[in-house]
Amino acid sequence: MTSSREFRSQEIYVNMGPQHPSTHGVLRLMLRTDGEIVSDVAPMIGYLHRCAEKYGESGTYQMMIPYTDRMDYLAGMNCNWAYCLAVEKLGNVVVPERAEYIRILVGELNRIASHLIAFGTYGLDLGAFTPFFYALDEREKILDLFEMVCGARLTYSYFRIGGVAADLPEGWVKRCHEFIDFFRKRIDEFNELLTYNYIFIRRTANIGVIPANMAVDYGCTGPVLRGSGMRRDTRVDEPYGLYPRLRFHIPIGMGEKGSVGDCWDRYMVRIREMEQSCDIIKQVLKSMPEKGDVRAKVPKAFKPPKGEVYVRSESSKGELGFYLISDGTDRPYRVKARSPSLSNLCVLPAISDGMMIADLVATLGSLDIVMGEIDR
Amino acid sequence: MQIQELFEALKKKFGDQVLELATPASGEPSVTVSAQAVQEVALFCREDSSLEFDQLMCLSGVDYPPEHLAVVYHLHSSTKHHRLVLKAMVPRQEPKLPTVSRVWRTANWHEREAYDLFGIVFTGHANLRRILLPQDWVGYPLRKDYVFPTEYRGIKCHD
Repeated sequence: MTSSREFRSQEIYVNMGPQHPSTHGVLRLMLRTDGEIVSDVAPMIGYLHRCAEKYGESGTYQMMIPYTDRMDYLAGMNCNWAYCLAVEKLGNVVVPERAEYIRILVGELNRIASHLIAFGTYGLDLGAFTPFFYALDEREKILDLFEMVCGARLTYSYFRIGGVAADLPEGWVKRCHEFIDFFRKRIDEFNELLTYNYIFIRRTANIGVIPANMAVDYGCTGPVLRGSGMRRDTRVDEPYGLYPRLRFHIPIGMGEKGSVGDCWDRYMVRIREMEQSCDIIKQVLKSMPEKGDVRAKVPKAFKPPKGEVYVRSESSKGELGFYLISDGTDRPYRVKARSPSLSNLCVLPAISDGMMIADLVATLGSLDIVMGEIDR
Repeated sequence: MQIQELFEALKKKFGDQVLELATPASGEPSVTVSAQAVQEVALFCREDSSLEFDQLMCLSGVDYPPEHLAVVYHLHSSTKHHRLVLKAMVPRQEPKLPTVSRVWRTANWHEREAYDLFGIVFTGHANLRRILLPQDWVGYPLRKDYVFPTEYRGIKCHD
């Protein structure tokens, strides 16, 4: 970094985005560069802003659920879940056991689907074209499973306050089994294809290092925080649903190829989380009751008592929290979504000083942001 | 630490600046502090060895017309495993309070969002500009009395 400073000539400002393919949606980065070397990055966000929180306040509690799908559209199930968790805590709704198991099933499948996109597009960012097709191929199978349960492939709105919309259709469990057994082995192929590729390692190891204390200070969560070596996961730290009954491991970055908290570590955490999600799904398929209610009885005019809650859950990108205030009517007084991608992105200017533009692309990709949830 | 102990620890240090402990029958308890003291309280929460709130999970604005706007801080300690909800009320006429963006860096963008959507001014913030809406937008959409514009730069946006 210091040596590059000695050759400083003229600095110019460059716009990266909002239509740049590597910015994963409509994100604009204002770069101050000297040749290929970046000296300042200012992310400009808001292109997808729809003021979803205002929508939340203007409708009933149930009416907000479809808007949550459109926040993190790559993990709609997890967004549904986080919102429903908050409403259930506010209104003291008890979810039936079978519904809790179904929630974990679709939530973890969605985590895999989201990480597959992260894996595939990360390859694309770095010039590896093939892994993207492999990833999308597998993701399609998950979307098929989702289509069976709720009819939708992207914006599911499958969750309801007090459970899920419908029980699993016939034959679903078998297909899910088949998929998991197949996919578990597929991850090894992904590793051969991309993870241990020499060029890929050279492009990601020791690049964009986020030290653990910096990650906490900037509010990073999820794979970004875990990539920096912090073993934090809301599913374990503040368990919700039936996660306490399940046994799984929280992968963290260990600096295997470079230093702890580099791009490779964050990438690898996601790959290992997919394996863990497979294990979780297997356990659930084994232990879930055959029959049972999938939805608690909640009145249409649902009026939680006066009060407020902040509930967080572990979405595929990190800690997704909802802050709800009830004034005793059937409409929330305030809905605030705390999105993991927002906090994960705000660390970017702090780590990109002195970076090459190509490395900035690698770093941004490793944060795995979704603009829908940043702008809301 | 339980909320009662947290409240007493803050009360002992800041006295009158810590206004009240609200423990509603339903939902989470919260501690309201004087808006002007919010930065010192935040710093104490992060630095004190018995509190260690290293994580600002969420920072939200809330509108309570006709008189107040509130800023709500959800804190979590990853070492002590406790959480705290801090609140500060500011008058709607002059919604100003000190920034906590130097206590937790993540507050930088969250405060910009609260400024953008509620018009709460965080004094001492390094870059207090609109973050989600265009810079020339008029008004603060999440206020309860917000009137939707009928057009923006010649684009019709509401019937």
